[in-house]
Amino acid sequence: MKTVRLVLRFPQTLIDEPIISETVKAYDLDFSILRASITPDREGLMVLGLTGEDRKLDTAVRNLKKRGVIVQPLARDVVRNEQRCTDCGACITSCPTNALFIDLETRKVGFDSDKCIACELCVPRCPPRAMELTF
Amino acid sequence: MAKTVAEINEKIKNGQAVVVTAEDMIGIVAEQGAKKAAKTVDVVTTGTFGPMCSSGAFLNFGHTKPRMRMSKVWLNDVPAYAGIAAVDCYIGATEVVEGDPLNRNHPGEFRYGGAHVIADLVAGRDVLLRAESYGTDCYPRRELETLLRLKDLNQAFICNPRNAYQNYNVAVNLSKDRDLYTYMGVLKKSLGSAGYCSAGQLSPLLNDPYFRTIGIGSRIFIGGAQGYIFWQGTQHDPASARSENGVPKGGAGTIATVGDLKAMNPRYVVGVSMYGYGVSLALGIGIPIPILDADMARYTAVSDAEILAPVVDYSRGYAYGERGPLGHISYAELKSGSIEVEGKTIPTNPLSSYPRAREIALELKSQIDTGQFLLTEPVETLPSADSDVKFKLLNERPLKSVKEVG
Repeated sequence: MKTVRLVLRFPQTLIDEPIISETVKAYDLDFSILRASITPDREGLMVLGLTGEDRKLDTAVRNLKKRGVIVQPLARDVVRNEQRCTDCGACITSCPTNALFIDLETRKVGFDSDKCIACELCVPRCPPRAMELTF
Repeated sequence: MAKTVAEINEKIKNGQAVVVTAEDMIGIVAEQGAKKAAKTVDVVTTGTFGPMCSSGAFLNFGHTKPRMRMSKVWLNDVPAYAGIAAVDCYIGATEVVEGDPLNRNHPGEFRYGGAHVIADLVAGRDVLLRAESYGTDCYPRRELETLLRLKDLNQAFICNPRNAYQNYNVAVNLSKDRDLYTYMGVLKKSLGSAGYCSAGQLSPLLNDPYFRTIGIGSRIFIGGAQGYIFWQGTQHDPASARSENGVPKGGAGTIATVGDLKAMNPRYVVGVSMYGYGVSLALGIGIPIPILDADMARYTAVSDAEILAPVVDYSRGYAYGERGPLGHISYAELKSGSIEVEGKTIPTNPLSSYPRAREIALELKSQIDTGQFLLTEPVETLPSADSDVKFKLLNERPLKSVKEVG
């Protein structure tokens, strides 16, 4: 089993086709939509987390490409410098996917990197600059 | 029967004092009642950790050979105020590094400033001192550039005109067309987010709302060191509106503080960048409160649900002084993650670190438990609700033109 995070671009001609639902069914994958913007008559963009058996997952990605979807790995990563984070929580309303959240019990700031789409909004908004971009 | 600070200190020295945090005190008073709790508990510790802009440090570098009256000083290219004696300066927390684009490319990032210099010094890092002078007979030297470290300085103490605000605004943005970049963080348009900045039930001055025990000369935890309150803070506003429990319903009391940088811990002295606004210093402060009587037990048992903060619009209400608060919200609601304002549910974000405030209250408790920290009776109390100290706006009086004067 493995998980990959991918940026998928759908050309206008593919927008009406149920590509994702067919793919996850055919290859027995779990998926989470991290970000999606698909406008009719234009290109669609989707950031997707896919989890499945190694070989099935590889085949699924090859198949997506064959059907005309432009597939790129989510190359950038936002990581948290634990030494710098003061657990203030100033970042949490900037995070579009709730990857940054406050644990209501401890009041500490959690960072779920699986949900992070590397949009970078938190990077300049973090007062002690604990959120760092890696390539 | 009422206790005295001297009696409590005796107990601390004998290892018999009962010390609890302001969080724990809530449950103790709920269970035992204020009267009984005042007998059982001797000290309640508080804590707060958040951006405190009105901060800075006095430094004395030691004399050079030949001597120099430094008239312009930079530390890591951040200008410091040198209009005092020869090798003294004041480095202000919000001073931005020279050459920073500021908000020319809005929003500016403000990556480095005086607060970061102070934090670098506390962390034991090398800092570059650059100084210029016009030269005098007694101070002939005109230029200096040298690395230095905190331990090499004669004196280095934080000296802050305003810290530990007793309560504060909840900042929102009523504007429909743009996000705001403020000292309260980024506020999303159309009531898209709300920023707040207080440790609430753990915050020092919210646990002694009328300043009965906290005053001039009070020993405090500041940045990890033991420091003192030396005056009422700037904008101290004890007469502001209060709830029935005596707790101010908005920014009210403040303290001016002093503490030795050399004894501080980098964990509690952190330079911060407020996107599109500027630089500030996140500082940890904790104050022990002696439980002299049932009233002090009741005050220190205040909980987030009983502390109200005003919701203020920063697009017009704050910036242009056009409108009062949109309402009041409790810290319990703020900490739930969302609040309701004008019929809309708004996600909230703190700016002050509650986990670190809790850590400071616990650290202070352990220092008192082990006899390393003794309480003080104020030399002088701070102006309270019955004083005539009020927060004033500036009364502008432009110069009259020559013609008008006649």
